[in-house]
Amino acid sequence: MPAVALPATGAWLAALAGSPLPGRRHEDWRFTDLAPLQSVAAEPWNGPDPFALAALPAGITRLEPAEAQQLRNQVLQATGSSGAWPVQLNQGASPRCLALRVSGAAGPLQLSIDAGAAPGLLALQLLLILEDGASLELLQHHSSSAANATSLLTVAQLGRGARLHLGVLAPGDSRASLLSHLAISQAPASALQLTTAVGGWALSRLEPRICQVAGAAHTRLRALQLVDGQDLADTHSHVCFEGPDGELDQLHKVVADGAGRSVFNGAVQVPRKAQQTNAAQLSRTLLLSDRARVDTKPELEIVADDVKCAHGATVSRLQQSELFYLQSRGIGADQASKLLLRGYCDEVLRELPVAAAALNPLPLLLRERP
Amino acid sequence: MIRPDAPLLLDIRDLHASVDEQPILKGVNLAIRAGEIHAVMGRNGSGKSTLSKVLAGHPAYTVTAGSVHYRGADLLELDPEQRARIGLFLGFQYPVEIPGVSNLEFLRVATNSRRAERGDEELDTFAFEDLVHERLKVVQMDPAFLERSVNEGFSGGEKKRNEILQMALLEPLVAILDETDSGLDIDALRIVADGVNQLAGPDNATLLITHYQRLLDLITPDYVHVMAAGRILRTGGKELALELERTGYDWVDQELARLEPETVEVA
Repeated sequence: MPAVALPATGAWLAALAGSPLPGRRHEDWRFTDLAPLQSVAAEPWNGPDPFALAALPAGITRLEPAEAQQLRNQVLQATGSSGAWPVQLNQGASPRCLALRVSGAAGPLQLSIDAGAAPGLLALQLLLILEDGASLELLQHHSSSAANATSLLTVAQLGRGARLHLGVLAPGDSRASLLSHLAISQAPASALQLTTAVGGWALSRLEPRICQVAGAAHTRLRALQLVDGQDLADTHSHVCFEGPDGELDQLHKVVADGAGRSVFNGAVQVPRKAQQTNAAQLSRTLLLSDRARVDTKPELEIVADDVKCAHGATVSRLQQSELFYLQSRGIGADQASKLLLRGYCDEVLRELPVAAAALNPLPLLLRERP
Repeated sequence: MIRPDAPLLLDIRDLHASVDEQPILKGVNLAIRAGEIHAVMGRNGSGKSTLSKVLAGHPAYTVTAGSVHYRGADLLELDPEQRARIGLFLGFQYPVEIPGVSNLEFLRVATNSRRAERGDEELDTFAFEDLVHERLKVVQMDPAFLERSVNEGFSGGEKKRNEILQMALLEPLVAILDETDSGLDIDALRIVADGVNQLAGPDNATLLITHYQRLLDLITPDYVHVMAAGRILRTGGKELALELERTGYDWVDQELARLEPETVEVA
């Protein structure tokens, strides 16, 4: 059943954000219908604070409110996130906040964010400072089981030589919405690996915005988004190099089935000061249904002249040659298709933080019954 | 090993097949009994590889006339996976790379499909690992290849070894090896040929498709068939391959020219 928008919810969300809901006239929201978000009850989510349960490993301490405020402002400005509507909504929705400082080799840390069966809007902020040379492996595990919405703003500042391996594992509910904005600034010699795996939400919108504040950092993005039924999954990524010698390696994979809809917009900005940037972006889509719809768009703005920037996009069905090879070994067509689908997804899932394996992500995302 | 009383495994009669409505096979006749090794030779485009794909059930090929019986049953009625389960094996000329699918898992699922058909119990991960490590010896293959994705990043030789490993696990009754020697250096060719010889026995049969005598120096065929224009033009013993090596295929053109008018007349 398509979601039915409630006028009251739309007005409530707009009031929280201090800005009307973006519509199809906004370029960044052209393909993304917010009806599922407007079908949730116009009230704050009223459950126990998911962050209260987080056990902090050694090397991680809490930030003072003033530090957290300063960090948020700095990073949102560096990444150009302040004007994003999901950020405005999050800021206006009195989010529950977890603000942490990471020193040395800390972690791993796992945050379970289950919106569960409670109605309304769950708003959360996660703020992280990784000091120079610090490292952290962090898994965000989202879930829901009702018509509610989760808004998470993740803000991270990576110091010189810091390493962050951030995983977002988000198997959703076909009535629920997820808005996740990730604003991350990287100092030189830092390394970010961001792996996201999202599927099964009525609406999901992921907005990784990454800024290499002086270039010379490494950014590795791996994404898998699955749509089936009436799902809509949208990823708008944005990577900016504010200095030379930066590296980006981005792979965005989609599985589109049923009447699902997938949107990917991958922006990469390489201004004149970002000489010797090496950026590669690949978008791959596996289209399993005639009714599914995919919109994929690389958006490269390259002003610097001495750079390597590659991009590509493919949309295909399961390869007949691969299917036949498996069948010729006695594997039935259905099982062969499943094996190929698993293989396709596993290329991204194996790059989630180690803790994800215990959650058995693929059956969750494919909604397979155990 | 030729035994006239051995069971007939594969019986191909007047087989015609086309791809994209283009006729490729134009009346292939071939009977293969248990214990026999057959070699099919011929120029590029003569229909050798098409024959192997039609037998394995590749969906791109359409059989337009004729019959194929496997141990008395109509092979053409069966899906590719059913053909494999009852003991037909195709060794690919270009084994397909499948990123993300573990070679070990693939081999286990395939082996269990064949075992289920034979009424053998399914092997769990541990039992299968024992079996596969034993069979790796047939092709002197490094166990590290089990941990990788199917054929991904394998060299030409490693891919062909992986094919023979699959054959060793599936224990087919009829193995069709399509240009298994292509892309192999001398050492790899020897290892692969040695593997095929180890697996050949009195109860199974092998059909080698090849361009070169060098494979037949290592695997001695009982019969050599020369294919041209979609049919088998001549059949002989292993000496026919040696003769081809000396004379080339020029005589084929003459023979075809002689045959074509008859074909027209018959039509």
